[in-house]
Amino acid sequence: MKKSKIFWGYMALALVIYAVVQVLINNGIVTFYYQNMLITMCINIMLAVSLHIILGITGQFSIGHAGFMAVGAYVSAICTMQLELPFVTGILLGAIVAALAGLLVGIPTLRLKGDYLAIATLGFAEIIRIIFLNIEYVGGAAGMQITHQTNWTYAFFGVVVTILIISNFTNSRHGRACISIREDEIAADAMGINTTYYKVVAFAIGSFFAGVAGAIYAHNFYIIQPTTFGFLKSFDILIFVVLGGLGSLSGSVLAAILLTIVTTYLQGFPETRMIIYSLVLILVMLYRPSGLLGTKEVTDLFKFGKRGGSKA
Amino acid sequence: MEWIQQLVNGVSLGSIYALIALGYTMVYGIIKLINFAHGDVFMLGAFIGFYAIARWDMHFIPALILAMILCAVIGVIIERVAYKRLRSATRIAALITAIGVSLLIEYTVIFFRGASPEAYPTVIENTKIEILGAQISVQAIIILVISLILMLLLQFIVHQTKIGKAMRAVSHDADAARLMGINVDNTISATFAIGSALAGAAGVIFGIYYTRIEPLMGVLPGLKAFVAAVLGGIGIIPGAMVGGLLLGVVETVVSALGYSLWRDAAAFVILILILILRPAGIFGKNAREKV
Repeated sequence: MKKSKIFWGYMALALVIYAVVQVLINNGIVTFYYQNMLITMCINIMLAVSLHIILGITGQFSIGHAGFMAVGAYVSAICTMQLELPFVTGILLGAIVAALAGLLVGIPTLRLKGDYLAIATLGFAEIIRIIFLNIEYVGGAAGMQITHQTNWTYAFFGVVVTILIISNFTNSRHGRACISIREDEIAADAMGINTTYYKVVAFAIGSFFAGVAGAIYAHNFYIIQPTTFGFLKSFDILIFVVLGGLGSLSGSVLAAILLTIVTTYLQGFPETRMIIYSLVLILVMLYRPSGLLGTKEVTDLFKFGKRGGSKA
Repeated sequence: MEWIQQLVNGVSLGSIYALIALGYTMVYGIIKLINFAHGDVFMLGAFIGFYAIARWDMHFIPALILAMILCAVIGVIIERVAYKRLRSATRIAALITAIGVSLLIEYTVIFFRGASPEAYPTVIENTKIEILGAQISVQAIIILVISLILMLLLQFIVHQTKIGKAMRAVSHDADAARLMGINVDNTISATFAIGSALAGAAGVIFGIYYTRIEPLMGVLPGLKAFVAAVLGGIGIIPGAMVGGLLLGVVETVVSALGYSLWRDAAAFVILILILILRPAGIFGKNAREKV
């Protein structure tokens, strides 16, 4: 009873945010520049949340997330541009193929742990990128031209669906199994949790939503090139999750919003941006390795704030 | 005969990978950290060598030694500032810090001198000599000789000197080594110094062989050298040498077969195959995980 009330409360809040921004866009108060920033923000939130389920919830260190984003971007672009399917179908197909790619990558590599997994995912992302680079059908190194189809509605509802599914997953039996893997894989194994299965599931879900984000990204920027989806893109996504707090969904969302704003204002100074990002990353890891929010959610802060906070 | 030429090219490339891989494998062996910044130390070595040769008119060998010394210092600074306090942190935290350090070095260099590439001056005349009908460049041979000397030197340090013995002890069991009176912190710093010096040397050699250097040049060779280290069995010094040489030859063969665009993928395919089939690497022994 109470849970569903909270749920509808959030849905209403989401609709209000959507409606307000849409009205502002229609009235021209939010200019094209800011509209673009909002869409980028939505894409980054989706990416952050989709990595959050792999890194924050399941504790699997993947630094090849841009690879799955690339799969979603290219597959959806092929759907809309070459096969002339509608955009929604493109998003769905892109996401499904990205999830399949996630399965394909996940099944062999998720038996690996920690460092090896990180390198293997990085390797796979590079392979995916090199494959797109060598396929003439999608334009090779020159990239692929795409008509602009993303708007605020697509981006915002993409975010809503992503957060909804991932937070529900996290609070389910399956999500708790994933959290137990993060906390102690050997203990989880001993308790009878099929660790490989849950790791692969989390990986596939994460890849799916990275694919959604990739599809929306592709239709926002007129052109996609394999170089866009390199290691640096994966790093950008990583920093959202790390800064926000490994294991905190609202933390990843907040970090994505914050860093998108910072990035937009530092657009003219890419080096400065990267120096700030890497310094932030190092300092956060040295002085607050759990990230800004740790595993707490923003809502927890309101609930327990007056009682001195809950210590994990 | 063309194949002998390709083989020599492959071995020269491989010896550069091997030099970088040695640093990875030593650091991993001693503190179980993938030092992502290692590829960037390699880049810094290439730039130090470049400035030494092109701006300060140094000869090749003094420039090489200068690059090695400065890289050793940089390696120790990185270890002391960033990694030291993370020894008890989680693996993910250490890895993320390493990625951060790597990007910090890259973009600080870009910030100060721009991203434009630099052309290495010619220090060794690129004449070709004929051996068994194959055209082999003198450069390739000199690179090979220098790499071999450095590797032999490393073997000597690790197996014959006191610091080498301490390094082996710490990598085996840091706590026991501390109890035996070994200064673990200094030993770890020494490992970073030696590994970074080798990476610096690899940078200078790379610059001379490929003549084009740029601030992001360290990323790909760094990753590939890591692949080489895993291939040979991470933490095992001869493994890194063999892995590096093997990787260099494979890449050259892939290019020679006409798939040069797929060259970079080859290394990662090897990595994934080895991780799935034999995660301990060629020379590694399977270790059982203790709970």
